[in-house]
Amino acid sequence: MKRLASVLSCFVLAGVAWTWGGSPLQQAPAKSGNLANPLEGNDRARRAGAKLYARECAACHGPNREGQGKAPALNRAEVHQAAPGALFWVLRNGSIYRGMPSFARLPEPQRWQIIAFLRDSSD
Amino acid sequence: MVYQKGTATTAGFLLLVASCWAGEGPFFITYTHQMEEPGNLEFATKNITGKPAGGNRFLGHATELEYGVTAWWTSELYLDGQVTGGQSTLFTGYRWENRFRVLPREHWINPVFYVEFENINGADKSLLEVVNHDTRDDLSAPNDDARHEKKREIEAKLILSSYFKGWTIAENFIAEKNVGHAPFEFGYAAGVSRPLALAARPERCNLCPENFQVGVELYGGLGTHDDFGPRGTSQYLAPTVAWTLANEVTFKVSPSFGLTGTSAGFLLRFGVSYEIDQFGRTVRSLLRQRGR
Repeated sequence: MKRLASVLSCFVLAGVAWTWGGSPLQQAPAKSGNLANPLEGNDRARRAGAKLYARECAACHGPNREGQGKAPALNRAEVHQAAPGALFWVLRNGSIYRGMPSFARLPEPQRWQIIAFLRDSSD
Repeated sequence: MVYQKGTATTAGFLLLVASCWAGEGPFFITYTHQMEEPGNLEFATKNITGKPAGGNRFLGHATELEYGVTAWWTSELYLDGQVTGGQSTLFTGYRWENRFRVLPREHWINPVFYVEFENINGADKSLLEVVNHDTRDDLSAPNDDARHEKKREIEAKLILSSYFKGWTIAENFIAEKNVGHAPFEFGYAAGVSRPLALAARPERCNLCPENFQVGVELYGGLGTHDDFGPRGTSQYLAPTVAWTLANEVTFKVSPSFGLTGTSAGFLLRFGVSYEIDQFGRTVRSLLRQRGR
């Protein structure tokens, strides 16, 4: 019985460490970084991304990506310089035990449009 | 004076809260693994009208309040009612449902566990699911008789769904049990949907193709544990469309066609939904301000 309790505790702790360890970007698997944004550099996609950001993300991350409450700022270098594939992984999976939902319901082109906007540091 | 202050606070609150893209699919019956975003409150109505053979035209109505408790737990309260031509208008009961996302990451198939307690009466005509051998005769029973039947039921669903290249594919398996009596009753729902365009346009627009989602649902009963199967059950096929305006109000409409002799021939569903962004946080901050 004690052994079973120890094994279960290990699983619980491993699960907690797995889900809480590092920022969502740090949780993205290395291979996700290989994925390129097919809409990179497309100004129309960036503007559509701004519209989608206002609709989907601004309520938590702030209208100017400044972050608020538990939602981190997205107007910082770590995000601007992040691999598009890593951002895509975060949008697809979210980080549900930290409060960030999955945005897999958005079609892939819309997620890439948001990433085109997030990686833009011009404003 | 206190009343006026409270009214002003409420009005101010309603003006301050941001709205949010409801973003839900066009389905009325089938659930996907999409959860309500944490802190958001969605207000929706789901209506259904039909004229069963041998009965009067009815309008069933459900008001839905859906709240994202966490990113993996969504809770909903339904208030049901109906009006039947030449009979009466009734409040038919309430349902409280909870959905729990099982896996933290996206997979090819994503399971969600659903559990609901419903306390409704036999006159309920919201038809939010079809189980067992529910038939069109249930819809034509006179309100005065049907409302005396109490239905306190626990319902569980296994929701499986996937997103694939812009398509949403979902399957629900339903098991329902009256807490007082009756056997386990089963049903199912399945749906496929897709937006008309996958990429968004940069302009704010009402008629952009990405604002429209079309799909089709198939749902029906599967009998009971000792009489399992589709024989003698109601089955429906329902094309459906959802249209979200730039101001983020979503309209949905779905004609349902009965596929078996025991089904109602034609039912029309329609609804509207609106989501209030970060409702929980706004309420908490208002309460904090009042407490100071």
